[in-house]
Amino acid sequence: MSEVILETKNLTKHYGGVHALNDANFILHKGEHVAIMGDNGAGKSTFVRQITGVEQRTSGDIIFDGNPVHFAGPLDAREAGIETVFQTLALADDLDVPDNLFLGREKTFMNWLGPFRFLDYKAMRQETMAGLEKTAVKIPNIRNSIRNMSGGQRQCVAIARTATFHSKLTIMDEPTAALGVQETAQVENIVRTLKEAGEPLILISHNMRQVMDLVDRIVVFRRGRIVANLKKEETDGQDIVAYITGAKTQPEYDVETV
Amino acid sequence: MSDTSHGTGGLKFDAKKRAWPNELNIFFALILIVVIFEILGQTLPYMNDQSFLFDTRDRFDSIFNEARLRIIILQVSIIGIIALGVTQVIISGGIDLSSGPLVGATAMIVMSFAQTELVNGNPNPKAVFGDWAFDLPVLLPIIVGLAFGAFIGGINGALIAFTRIPPFIATLGMFLICRGIAQAWTRGKPVSFPTESYAALGKGMMPVFWFLLLAVVCHVVLKYTLYGKHTYAIGSNEDAARMSGINVKRHKIRVYMIASMLAAFAAIILSSKNLTAQSGMGIFYELYAIAMAVIGGVSLTGGRGSIIGTVLGAMVFGVIQSGFTYIKLDAFYQLMAMGAIIIAAVVLDKVRQDRGSSRS
Ligand SMILES: Nc1ncnc2c1ncn2[C@@H]1O[C@H](COP(=O)(O)OP(=O)(O)OP(=O)(O)O)[C@@H](O)[C@H]1O
Ligand SMILES: [Mg+2]
Repeated sequence: MSEVILETKNLTKHYGGVHALNDANFILHKGEHVAIMGDNGAGKSTFVRQITGVEQRTSGDIIFDGNPVHFAGPLDAREAGIETVFQTLALADDLDVPDNLFLGREKTFMNWLGPFRFLDYKAMRQETMAGLEKTAVKIPNIRNSIRNMSGGQRQCVAIARTATFHSKLTIMDEPTAALGVQETAQVENIVRTLKEAGEPLILISHNMRQVMDLVDRIVVFRRGRIVANLKKEETDGQDIVAYITGAKTQPEYDVETV
Repeated sequence: MSDTSHGTGGLKFDAKKRAWPNELNIFFALILIVVIFEILGQTLPYMNDQSFLFDTRDRFDSIFNEARLRIIILQVSIIGIIALGVTQVIISGGIDLSSGPLVGATAMIVMSFAQTELVNGNPNPKAVFGDWAFDLPVLLPIIVGLAFGAFIGGINGALIAFTRIPPFIATLGMFLICRGIAQAWTRGKPVSFPTESYAALGKGMMPVFWFLLLAVVCHVVLKYTLYGKHTYAIGSNEDAARMSGINVKRHKIRVYMIASMLAAFAAIILSSKNLTAQSGMGIFYELYAIAMAVIGGVSLTGGRGSIIGTVLGAMVFGVIQSGFTYIKLDAFYQLMAMGAIIIAAVVLDKVRQDRGSSRS
């Protein structure tokens, strides 16, 4: 097996009394695509938020690219090389496509002006075009505010954002949940592009077909715990559903007797 | 695998596909309002065929009534400077109600550092401090004023960013505090007799010069700098801005500081123009500034608007005010009509928004 890019040890998150995530031990190798599945409220998004620094974990360790990390915020995680498409779209409606793509990491010049440094619109536009071209995302006019775009187009912008910037790890939280057939296919194409480029991915999805199509391995969450770690070749839809619903738990994850 | 007719290839920047700029609508509204007043002037029985826009007395070589135009733009300039800051606050998703009283407080404080020792050969009867505060270089009161503005704005911003209380409440509190400071400063007595160099700051058409200069600067800053982009981003979707790694708290403090510094600068110009400062200065200015921005298409929900819009909004505001006087509408009716216009502008924005969001 190749090198490990991400590992979590006993990752735990409590919101007051809500134990949203308990002792998650998770490993992702370089170039590997893993799906996280589980019912609503199983803790999937919580898991992602701890890794990406959106929230601070209650306890546990995160080892990214060989080093223990403590991201103070999503920008830290992104600078370390983790790109995330959050379940709630992190887009600014009133800005156009390049603005959104580069939000928080704008290209600028005259940087001695500090917060008042100038935006390099031209460079950002060109890179946006290149990025969209690469991912084959269709958008009528990149300079219109994205407010008037369809849900699918907006989602594509969010995903193009992660795919445009080379990253060590990409995380997508239900990227196709609100998409039509065509847009879903487009997103799946982007995922395949990432696979070809050897970029590792964590994909959260409720879509069994999609998961079986795209990933190498499936990790199942149930009520804040990891209950199964399944190679795609060794499992099938019914098997996974059994783990999701609680009909089955892999013995090594059976810690119900606390 | 992609068909380029829909793709990004060859799309470049199709000017025809760009949205119709809202600023143009406001510009047309401005013209329409002028025309309405012109027609009213011709038709109202008591108006004796005066013209709103044109010169009817052949005093100048110009076809326009320059005196009126000059008064309009002079009147809106000082509040317009405040509106430039309020625009940024509203675009960032906030509101600033403290700017009017801040004008009063800043004017009092600043004028105390701008007094001259001898008035017509006699000692300054309005002296606030001792001898040391007379005839100071003009830069000093300016710095004091801007620092005070930055301080008040910093408190506004910090309250809003860290305690997460609504901007409306935070700046409403600051509204009262500033009015209190203005009155406490000299126990209500006016401060007068500034140095010549201070008086020069707001002399004649200088307020217009400052307004236009600051408008250009603010336009560039909002449109072409990182600060501007993040202001729009935060007003548009604060969570998205945060998740993208923008330091939202720090940015908000900056926005409120800049807005208050602009209000403080307006106070400097106003007190210089009037050659005196009174604690009651700036009454209703916060509302008028907000009105200018809203009329200019700045959306109270944040994320949308522009400096060009606000400048046009200020012109609309000035034309309406001047037009009311021109058709001899009583002052209290003017207030009522102004209120109605502000409400109409917000309703219009709401309608625009609903139309926009019904598509998604
Ligand atoms: N900020 C919060 N405060 C309190 N409880 C929270 C918070 N965020 C999440 N939770 C709770 O934690 C649990 C896990 O939520 P999470 O969002 O991780 O679920 P999920 O697996 O992503 O579900 P879905 O498939 O619906 O997206 C839920 O019970 C949720 O109510
Ligand atoms: Mg979720």
